[in-house]
Amino acid sequence: MSTGTTTLDVVVSDVVPVNELVTRFHFRRRDGGLLPTFSGGAHVVVEMRDGDRTRLNPYSLMGSPLDTREYTISVRRDDAGRGGSLFMHRQVKPGLEMVISYPVNLFSLDLRAKKHLMLAGGIGITPFMAQTSQLAGAGGNFELHYTCRTASLGTYADVLQQRYGSRVKLYHDDRGERIDLDRLLSSQPLGTHLYVCGPAGMINWVRDRAASLGWPLETVHFEHFAAPQPGAPFDVTLAVSGKTIHVGEQQSLLEAMEAAGVDPPYLCRGGVCGQCETNVISSDGKFIHNDHWLSEEDHRSGCKIMPCVSRFEGKSLVLER
Amino acid sequence: MGITFRKETFRDDYTFRNSPDHIRRFPFPFNEDSYMYAVNIEPHVVGPKGSVLENLIDVDEHYVAEMQDRALVLAEDPLRCQSLPHMTLAGWDLLELLMEQQALGYPEHFTLERNGDRWRWINRPLGIDDTFTFGDTSTLPYGPMEYITRQSQGDFCILDQRDGNLWMDAGMVTTQADWSLDFDIGMNFFEWHAPVPLAHEKGIFTRALKFLTNIQQGKPARRLNWTMTINPRLDTSPENYHKWGPDRATVTPENVGQKVHLRVELQSFWRLPRSNAIVFPIRCYLIKMDELVTQPKWARRLHRVIRDLPEELATYKGLTRYRPTLVEWLSKLDDGSPTSPGFGPD
Repeated sequence: MSTGTTTLDVVVSDVVPVNELVTRFHFRRRDGGLLPTFSGGAHVVVEMRDGDRTRLNPYSLMGSPLDTREYTISVRRDDAGRGGSLFMHRQVKPGLEMVISYPVNLFSLDLRAKKHLMLAGGIGITPFMAQTSQLAGAGGNFELHYTCRTASLGTYADVLQQRYGSRVKLYHDDRGERIDLDRLLSSQPLGTHLYVCGPAGMINWVRDRAASLGWPLETVHFEHFAAPQPGAPFDVTLAVSGKTIHVGEQQSLLEAMEAAGVDPPYLCRGGVCGQCETNVISSDGKFIHNDHWLSEEDHRSGCKIMPCVSRFEGKSLVLER
Repeated sequence: MGITFRKETFRDDYTFRNSPDHIRRFPFPFNEDSYMYAVNIEPHVVGPKGSVLENLIDVDEHYVAEMQDRALVLAEDPLRCQSLPHMTLAGWDLLELLMEQQALGYPEHFTLERNGDRWRWINRPLGIDDTFTFGDTSTLPYGPMEYITRQSQGDFCILDQRDGNLWMDAGMVTTQADWSLDFDIGMNFFEWHAPVPLAHEKGIFTRALKFLTNIQQGKPARRLNWTMTINPRLDTSPENYHKWGPDRATVTPENVGQKVHLRVELQSFWRLPRSNAIVFPIRCYLIKMDELVTQPKWARRLHRVIRDLPEELATYKGLTRYRPTLVEWLSKLDDGSPTSPGFGPD
C-alpha cells in the first residue's frame, strides 16, 4: 500500500456478529495510542493478507469521529463476491494484526446545509452512522431514511432509532414498504442537502428523481464503491514499466498491476476517486467501464480506463503505466 | 535552547533584521539560474536541522514582532480575518493542528495539555495561559481560527472542498503580497487564481487543483512562491496599496541593499480531519538584499533570475519600476562563475 495514503498498524480488538450477513470489526492502534481523527463519511482501506494474495478493500468508518480510541467498520458477507468479505468474516479474529490506511473522505458532509436528508439502503447505512454522530454532536439538523430487506437485516436500525427517535424512518422490503421519494424530495426546506448510499439501482433512482424535481446537482451527494466485477481473463501490456500481465477472472486490473510490482496511486478502489486513471495507448477490443469517474465521452473515446473496476475484452490492450 | 525573539518593526522605522543564523536558513527559492512556473509541489516532511523545515510549522526569531504587527493590522481592519459560518469546525481543526505542531517543535515556548475536551494552552513568548473547552467557541476570546492564528506566524486560508473544487471560505490574511481575503472569500480555486498570467495556458491550475483535492490526512504537501517587497513590510495588501505602492518608486542605486527585499512564501497544504477542509498556511519570509548577498551563490543566481525573468511575470510581481536598478546592482556581484545545484548557500 505504498501509493494511496499513509498507513496505520492496528490490531483487531473485537469481532461482533450483527446479524446473519453483517459483522462488525473493531481496530485499535498496536502502540496503544489514539487513531487519527476523521470526518463523517470517511473510509479506510483494509489490507488483507490472504495466503500469497493481498486484498485491499475500502470500508466506511462507522464510529463517532469524536472517539478515536478505536475504529469500527461493518462488513456484509458476499458469498458470490471476490472473497474480501469472506476473508473478513472467516479469517479475521480478535488479536490479528492488520494494516489499514489513514481515513479518506470521498463522501463528506456539506456543512453549509441547513438540513441533511440521508437515504440509506442495506449496508449503505455505515457512512451515516458516523455522519449522524457528527451532526448530533454539533446540533445539526438531519433526517435518515433507511431501507432494508427485512427487520432482522436492518443493520443498526435499533441503535439508530434509540439514538435519534423519529429522525430515523425505516422501510422493510418484505412488508412492501417503500420510500415515497417524490413526496419526500418535494417537501424539504430550502437549503437541504441530500445524501444517498446503497445499491447502484437506489443511487440512480434517487439521483434521477432529485434531478427531475429540480434539486441542484451540488446538493445531491452519493457514495457507491462498485466492487470490481469478475469477468473473462485478459492480457495487458504496460508500456512504461515494460511488462505484460495477465488479469485473472476474479482479479481486477489494478490488483494484477500491483501483483506485477507496478503501483498506480489509488484512494477508493471503487471507481469514484479518479486516482488510478490511466491512459490507453492502443487497444483492439471492447472496454467494460464500471467506474463513476470518467465522463461518458471519456468512456466512448477508449483513451482512458480506471484499472480499479474496469475490464477489457479483445485482442490487445496497451496502457501507459 | 530557546529562540531569542527580536524586538523589531515591519512599518514606520523598519527595524526588521535577520540574524546571521537566520540569513543562512532563509528559504531561497531558486534552484537554478532561471525561473518559470512549475507545479513545484512536494511532500511536506521534516527537513534538515537548522532549516525552516526543521519543524512542519516554523517558529522563528521574528515570532513576537510578527504577532504584534498582526494585531495592529487587525485593529485597523477586522476583515482581514473572516470565517463563513460553515467553517467553524475547520477552525477547531486548525487550532488543534497549530497547537500540536508548535508545542511539539518548541516545547520550551509552547505547551498543550489535554484532559478530554478541557484543554490548557500556554504560549510563553506572548504571555498566554488559557484553559478552554475544545469545540465550545464561548470558552475562547475569539473564534478558534482567529484565536490560534493570532498566535501563529504566516497567513492561513482554509479551503472547503466540495463539488470537486476548493472554496476560500475562511482565513487570517495580514501578511499578504497584494491580494485580499475580503475580495476572494467565497471564491473557488479557479476564480481566485484568475489574475495569474501564463499559468492558465500551461494547464497548471487544473493539475494543481487535482493534486490539492487529493491531499490526504497525514500527508501534507508544500511549495515555495516568491516576490519582492520594498521595505520590510509584512502587510502589502491591496487595502493599504496607498501606503506601500509608492515605495516602489523610491529605489535608488544607493538604497537597493536596504530597501529591496526578497519575499518568499512557504506554502503548505494539509487535510483537516474533522471538517475534511484543506488548510493552506502561507508563511512569509523576508530578507533584504544586503543580507541575501552575504551568500555569494545567492547573489549570482538572483542576478540571473531577475535579469532574465519574462516581462509578464515581472509585471505581475510588481518589479517593473525598480528592476533595472536592482539588476544593475546585483550584476556587480555576479562574476559569471557557475552556481552550484540546489537551493542552499555554498
